[in-house]
Amino acid sequence: MLESAIADIGIRLALTRSTLRLSGFNEAAKKKVLSLQEYFVLSAKSIGFIFRRPFYTTDVVQQMDAIGVQSLTIILLTGFFTGMVLALQTSVQLATFGATMYVGRLVTASMIRELGPVLAGLMVAGRVGSGIAAQLGSMRVTEQIDALNTLGTDPIKKLVTPRVLAALIMVPVLTIIGDVAGIVGGNVIASTYLGLPASLYWRTVWEQIASGGFTLRYIPIDFIHGLVKPFVFGGIIVTVACYFGLNTKGGTEGVGISTTRTVVFSSIMILIIDYFITQILLAVL
Amino acid sequence: MSEKRPPNQPEANPPEPTEDIVPELYTGERAATEAHRPPTEAQGDERRKLERGPSQKPHPEAAAVVKMEGVHLAFDEPILEDVSFHANEGETVVVVGESGTGKSTILKLLLRLLVPDKGRVLIDGENIVDLSFDEALEVRQKMGMVFQSAALFDSLTVFENVAYPLREHTDLSEDEIEARVREKLEFVDLEPDKVMPQMPAELSGGMRKRVGIARGMANNAKIMLYDEPTSGLDPLTTATITHLIMKLQKELNVTSIVVSHDIRSSFRMGTKIALLAERRIVYFGTPEEMRKQDDEYIRRFLGGY
Repeated sequence: MLESAIADIGIRLALTRSTLRLSGFNEAAKKKVLSLQEYFVLSAKSIGFIFRRPFYTTDVVQQMDAIGVQSLTIILLTGFFTGMVLALQTSVQLATFGATMYVGRLVTASMIRELGPVLAGLMVAGRVGSGIAAQLGSMRVTEQIDALNTLGTDPIKKLVTPRVLAALIMVPVLTIIGDVAGIVGGNVIASTYLGLPASLYWRTVWEQIASGGFTLRYIPIDFIHGLVKPFVFGGIIVTVACYFGLNTKGGTEGVGISTTRTVVFSSIMILIIDYFITQILLAVL
Repeated sequence: MSEKRPPNQPEANPPEPTEDIVPELYTGERAATEAHRPPTEAQGDERRKLERGPSQKPHPEAAAVVKMEGVHLAFDEPILEDVSFHANEGETVVVVGESGTGKSTILKLLLRLLVPDKGRVLIDGENIVDLSFDEALEVRQKMGMVFQSAALFDSLTVFENVAYPLREHTDLSEDEIEARVREKLEFVDLEPDKVMPQMPAELSGGMRKRVGIARGMANNAKIMLYDEPTSGLDPLTTATITHLIMKLQKELNVTSIVVSHDIRSSFRMGTKIALLAERRIVYFGTPEEMRKQDDEYIRRFLGGY
């Protein structure tokens, strides 16, 4: 009798516990879906505002400077050294086939199609994404976002749209610069370490670009690959950073959390989305 | 940074002795003894005369400029229940209450940064509850908000901060904007030439708050909202800011809603006091009447003031 009662209570306890856990899980899932929805609303709004008055032209120019010009050094450095290390590594492999002269082709193919966009994306996520999240996060916790609202300004239009627009323009530009730096880096290794004449190196570079084929007659398909990606990455980095920044809670500690989340989340998204864009582009072009 | 007060501001020096200045410091025995010592009639009159200037009477053609009617708001748990109060033109209503009772929420409702679950919020007779986001931005331009932390844009200079609402919503020329910014900074007793090129981070707390007031009134707003205008300030700066809020009301006939837990300055500047407790307004009326209340909670809240 007593034993069965105890067993009964035990079962009931287990049941309530599991329903509690389940409802907790439901709550968490609901929150995730809601924040995903919020993120897409924010992104859609920020892009919609690009075409609506008032235009904050000064802010856009300022952000182009902050996102583009000020990232130039790290992009040049990463591009240059990546190009050099690519040339160095592939030359060892190519030497076994006696094909060292094709080092330019390999460097170019990897830089333009993959490494240029992805590295630029990751560097911008680390440098610019974290900065945006920290700035908007501290504006949130010091009531400056509320102040914008009360002064009759839509914070998305004033803060997010200029950053999105600047990133959509500047990340592809940075990628091109990084690509060039990488190919030049390859040239440095080819001429100093492998003893290839520069003319030969640059001819193989062009051969690689041409071999990828052309679309609309004059535009190399490699360039399309190389420019669609940074365009998308730029958009992702800034919208993610703005989303986490604007939703910062919990004072200065919250700012730190938003910053970290931005860098981690946008870096991972860059790598995942890179794969899907590649697949789509390979199928389409 | 030390704060310089221009000489033309006699009321910055409070009439009472300084040790008497911060009422929230009244604790323990002293508060208990003072609570049961009502001021004599003559003392009370004297005080009132000192604290509240003659022009503090409600404006003759008074009409409710700001009004809340039966407002309910709940997030995870109820925050406000059946909150109603109003401010006529030229009045200063101070919403007082303990920390965490939802005082600042009331300001967010008035600005329509939050939407109540039930009830009406009227600004200039217009119910703002059902407005769209863009319409709400319009209504907010009628109001100037001064934040607890001043919330100046720290990437902009003082000049650009005060000019911000003008650049956003008016077609004024650069010269007109500068003239207006100077006028507002002078109104809050700051030297325009000195502070205009400075960044907010270079200013003291009191100066930041004054720039915040200048920015709030830059658009010639007829309604001013203040969130804890005197919290975290020393007694002298508290007196200066209180004086400034009264000056806005007296000289420009601005309607003000002030959220505060500082009873002393609230009584000095408020034409009406709304006491928020347990999610409800438990008292709404003039400071004089509030002093006469027998309610235990109100007596305790006033702490002998």
